[in-house]
This record gives sequence, structure tokens and C-alpha cells, in this order.
Amino acid sequence: MSEKRQQVSRRQFLNYTLTGVGGFMAAGMLAPMVRFAIDPALQASSTGEFKAVEDVENITEEPTRVDWEIDQVDAWYESTVTKTAWVYKDENGDIVALSPICKHLGCMVTWAGNDDYPDQFYCPCHDGRYYKSGENVPNTPPPEGLDYYEYKIEDGTLLLGPTKPRGEA
Amino acid sequence: MLQKLYDWVDERVDITPLWRDIADHEVPEHVNPAHHFSAFVYCFGGLTFFVTVIQILSGMFLTMYYVPDIENAWRSVYYLQTEVAHGQIVRGMHHWGASVVIVMLFLHTLRVFFQGAYKKPRELNWMVGVLLFFIMLGLGLTGYLLPWDNKAYFATQVTLEIAEKVPFIGEATKTLLAGDPNIVGAQTLTRFFAIHVFFLPAALFALMAVHFILIRKQGISGPL
Ligand code: HEM
Ligand code: FES
Repeated sequence: MSEKRQQVSRRQFLNYTLTGVGGFMAAGMLAPMVRFAIDPALQASSTGEFKAVEDVENITEEPTRVDWEIDQVDAWYESTVTKTAWVYKDENGDIVALSPICKHLGCMVTWAGNDDYPDQFYCPCHDGRYYKSGENVPNTPPPEGLDYYEYKIEDGTLLLGPTKPRGEA
Repeated sequence: MLQKLYDWVDERVDITPLWRDIADHEVPEHVNPAHHFSAFVYCFGGLTFFVTVIQILSGMFLTMYYVPDIENAWRSVYYLQTEVAHGQIVRGMHHWGASVVIVMLFLHTLRVFFQGAYKKPRELNWMVGVLLFFIMLGLGLTGYLLPWDNKAYFATQVTLEIAEKVPFIGEATKTLLAGDPNIVGAQTLTRFFAIHVFFLPAALFALMAVHFILIRKQGISGPL
């Protein structure tokens, strides 16, 4: 055989075909499993519905905690979980509904939760603080202000929906 | 790129002899189906291994969704099969693979038996093979309970009653397996789960290692 016809040796040819067939089989085996495993990352997260939480006339200028229940479907497990918001009317009489979840690392904030700061939200985990508006107090751990709840008012009742970060508000 | 990476490691730790010792040896003519087509019977051992790999991989992935709890086991299987992408395929691989692996194992055993490949010096490996067979039956048995549906429940009920029939130690065996003298329930499921995904696979790996080391050491049996 001449040099030219030796471009692909028998050994190389067998190597390529075996690697190809083996790779094909491995991919066929692993593809469904990998897709199966990453499914939670690809599932659309349920956009929370709006729930009635309080009569608007009961809401004052003082942030007040309201709790309500939603039905949560967690894969095969269904339960009711309690959601919480801090709600008040601002100086224009508009509703403000803030998420209690600290923007530092996710603990729960409380209005006037620290006696030293009676007109701020306070997070006990690492002394994070927020003004009444929900803006974070500079030089405390939280990097940004508390999330807002989207809200609707129907027949004098306040309905709260999903939360939105400040950047998008 | 890959070659460079390989060379980098090889230069430092000399891995070439390691994999050559495992992978680089001649296939004798009498076991090569390209020479004698009837040599395909030598493939059954490898096919058993292949299906076992599928079982292990698909089992690992199923465990991402499955819960061994009587309230939720059935629901978690239903969920992974109907709601999770490719759930039906992954569960199907494990479900059908469990039967296919037994068929392959049986064909492999038949080949060894009819060729007399178990004879001296390979008696030990025959015994290891028999143990592997039992492990595999155990995996099928304990896995069968896990979906916690009616079929699973009553199959296990029957199994436990069979175990109970063993003279003297029967009742103790049944209680140990079921976790309770009278109830087939919460503790049965958790025990079967632990046996299915930890104890038996560990035994399986150890025995497979011995099986393969012995084959490598003794070589494949000669032509008939
Ligand atoms: C050669 C080894 C194995 C065999 C023969 C085997 C056999 C079985 C069988 C017969 C079932 C019932 C399937 C059904 O009814 O659909 C099952 C279920 C299951 N197995 Fe295995 N199995 C093996 C290895 C493994 C391993 C290594 C794991 C995990 C690390 C595992 C995890 C599971 C799980 C989570 C289930 C319940 C999900 C379901 O029922 O589909 N299996 N197995
Ligand atoms: S989590 Fe709130 S301050 Fe760290």
C-alpha cells in the first residue's frame, strides 16, 4: 500500500468508530437522566395569585404585620403556608406592603424590632436595619431595600400578590 | 488539548501502565465474534455489567425525587413519572433494566456452565458469581416494594411470609426484614430502601471487583 492510502490506519479507524459508538450510547443513556435531574431549574415557577389580606380602612400610617395563608404545591406535597407582610399608608395615603425577608441573608425583619431604633425595621440575625420606606440603612449589612408586594384594592379590601425587588419597582 | 492534559498528568504520576493493565490486552480469537460468530455468547458478562451500570445510574437519579415514606412514596413516584421531564424514561430504564439484568445474568451463567468454564482453577469465581446472582435477586426484591403501590405491597407481603416459613429462624428473619412482627408498613419501606440503595449496592461493588480481578488474573477460559 502506498503512503497516500495509509491516511487512516486500521487502528485509527477502529478507535474512531468505537469512540463514536461508545459516545453515542453513553449520551443516549445520560441525556434523559440529566434532563430529569435538571428539571426543577427549568420548570416555570408558579406566579403567586392575589389574596385578600386586610380591610384598607384598618391600615394606618404605622407599619403593621399582616399574615395570610396560601396553598402551596411542593411537588407531591401540598400544604398551606403562612405569608407575612408589613403594611402601612404613606404620607399620600398610598398603600405600602413590604416583604419581611431581609435582603442580607434572608432572616425575618420586624418593625421596631429593636428598642434602640423604634422607627426602623430591624433584622436580628446580623443587626440589619431599614427605614420605614423599606430602604436599607447604610452601613448595616443589607445591600438593598426590602422587596415590595404587588397589591390590588377591591371593594375596600387589600389583596397582595407576588413580591418584586426594588430595582424593578 | 486533551492529549496535553493527559501528558501533563502522565509525566507526573505515570498513569499509562495503570490503564494499560486494565484495558490493553489481546482478545483471544476464540472469544471474538468477528472470527466465530458463535462467540457472541462471551458478550453476556459484559452486557450484564452494562445493564448494571444503567441500573446504578438510573437508580441514583430516581433517588433525587423518590422518598421512602409510606405517606409520600407512591406520590413521589407518580410525580416523577408524570410531572418531571423524561421521568417516564428514567423510571422505565430502571424498571425494565431490573428484568433485563437478570436475563443477561442468566445467559452469562448458562454460557459458563455449558462451556465448563467454572472448572479448575475458576471455581472461586463461579462462587462469587453465585453470590452476585443472589445480590441481584435481592436488589430486584427490595426495589419492587419501593413504589408502594398494591402490587409492591402484596409482593412484599408474600415475600415476608415465605421468609417466615424458614425453620427456626423464619419469624426472626421476617421481623428483621419488615421492621415489625405484624405490620408491613413504615419501617418495612425504610428498611427495604436502605437495603436497596446502600447495603446491596455496596456488596455488589465489592463482589464485582473480586469477579473482575479474578478474571484478569486467571484470563478467560480456553477454546472448547
Ligand atoms: C443492579 C441493580 C438494581 C436492580 C436490579 C434494581 C431493581 C429495582 C426494581 C425492580 C425497582 C422497582 C421499579 C418499579 O417497580 O418501577 C427498583 C426501584 C428503585 N430503585 Fe433500584 N435496582 C438496582 C439498583 C439501584 C441503585 C444502585 C439505586 C440507588 C442508588 C436504586 C434506587 C431505586 C429507587 C429510588 C427505586 C424507586 C423508584 C421506582 O420504583 O421507580 N436502585 N429498583
Ligand atoms: S440576614 Fe438580616 S442582617 Fe443578615
